[in-house]
Amino acid sequence: MNDKGMIIAGLIIFFTIFTFPIWYNHGAAAPPPEPELSQKAKAAKTCVEDTAYMRTEHMHLLNQWRNTAVRDGLREYTGKDGKTYEVSLSNTCLDCHSNKEQFCDRCHNYASVTPYCWDCHTYPKEKM
Amino acid sequence: MKKSRREFLKVAGITILGAGAGSLINGVSVLSAAESGRKPGLDFFKNSDALKAKRWGMAVDTRKLSDEICEKMQVSCHQLHNVPDFIKKFGKQEKRHEIKWIWETGFEHAFTGRENEFPRENLEDLPVVVTCNHCEKPPCVRACPTQATFKREDGIVMMDFHRCIGCRFCMAACPFGSRSFNFRDPRPAIYDRNPDFPTRTKGVVEKCNFCAERLAVGKLPACVEASEGALVFGDLEDPESDIRKLLAENYTIRRKPELGTNPSVFYII
Repeated sequence: MNDKGMIIAGLIIFFTIFTFPIWYNHGAAAPPPEPELSQKAKAAKTCVEDTAYMRTEHMHLLNQWRNTAVRDGLREYTGKDGKTYEVSLSNTCLDCHSNKEQFCDRCHNYASVTPYCWDCHTYPKEKM
Repeated sequence: MKKSRREFLKVAGITILGAGAGSLINGVSVLSAAESGRKPGLDFFKNSDALKAKRWGMAVDTRKLSDEICEKMQVSCHQLHNVPDFIKKFGKQEKRHEIKWIWETGFEHAFTGRENEFPRENLEDLPVVVTCNHCEKPPCVRACPTQATFKREDGIVMMDFHRCIGCRFCMAACPFGSRSFNFRDPRPAIYDRNPDFPTRTKGVVEKCNFCAERLAVGKLPACVEASEGALVFGDLEDPESDIRKLLAENYTIRRKPELGTNPSVFYII
């Protein structure tokens, strides 16, 4: 039992290092991202669905879009408001949201998600 | 209070019934919530201009084909679908990684059966253009472990690039060599990229899709448009279609019919 001091000191050092990320970042949370709308998206006022739905569910909607377009060959979508859109990431979504860096990337970077859409699909800046 | 067995069973029975009814009510409310909430996927439909068929097929009139037309068809197809040209980009040694959707080949390569020892004169000099045969019984579809390759209701054998894991079972299964694998990133080798069609990534198999994206907006496949009449495209199940009339009037052969895949591409020789 002579090592009591050593053990306690060791434990203190261990927990300090172990919890370092928590107390180091405490109160210094990165500001939440503010995706910017392009002029065209602002003018359109609404996306294919309402904003709240798009904010939380756009990834599911996009998955649904890709499956119905590729697998079922259904390439038109009618939203809640009765407007019809072409089911296409590059031609419909990015036609309005032409500012990928300010719109898509800001939130995706913040949430640390890396969707692989752009490995294949083209976004406007990239058009050659 | 001492409970009799009878009373205990009564209470137990009522409790169970109550619990059952409770979960039922719960279930119904969940169901109705799902119905009142947005359910994406109910509002999709086909473009009204889309060309429809029960089974798409193509007839190649080799009498009208020439090397120039074959070249033209390939260029228009490959440009439209962002098919990389590794040979142009990296030189001849990249031939082994070549990606092709439609290409010209020798008669003896297309028709390997060699049924006739003494064929018609010049028969084997005919230009032949080959592509995916969109078989009625596609072996690639059976081989695909992820259903990335699938057969649509209109007979087109499609690739869902999102799902392809690059195992290449389909390439081993296809008896026609219609499939190409992206051994390297295709993007640097794509000249004049078409922004309306996605590219592929490294590790994905690709092939002809009978221009499903053009049929969806009422256009014929790009190769058919570029073919100057050498290719005829239409519904094989419709006896009144142009392709059926052409097949009725001419003798046609198909590639490797003995394998029983029932190709949908016919050759007039």
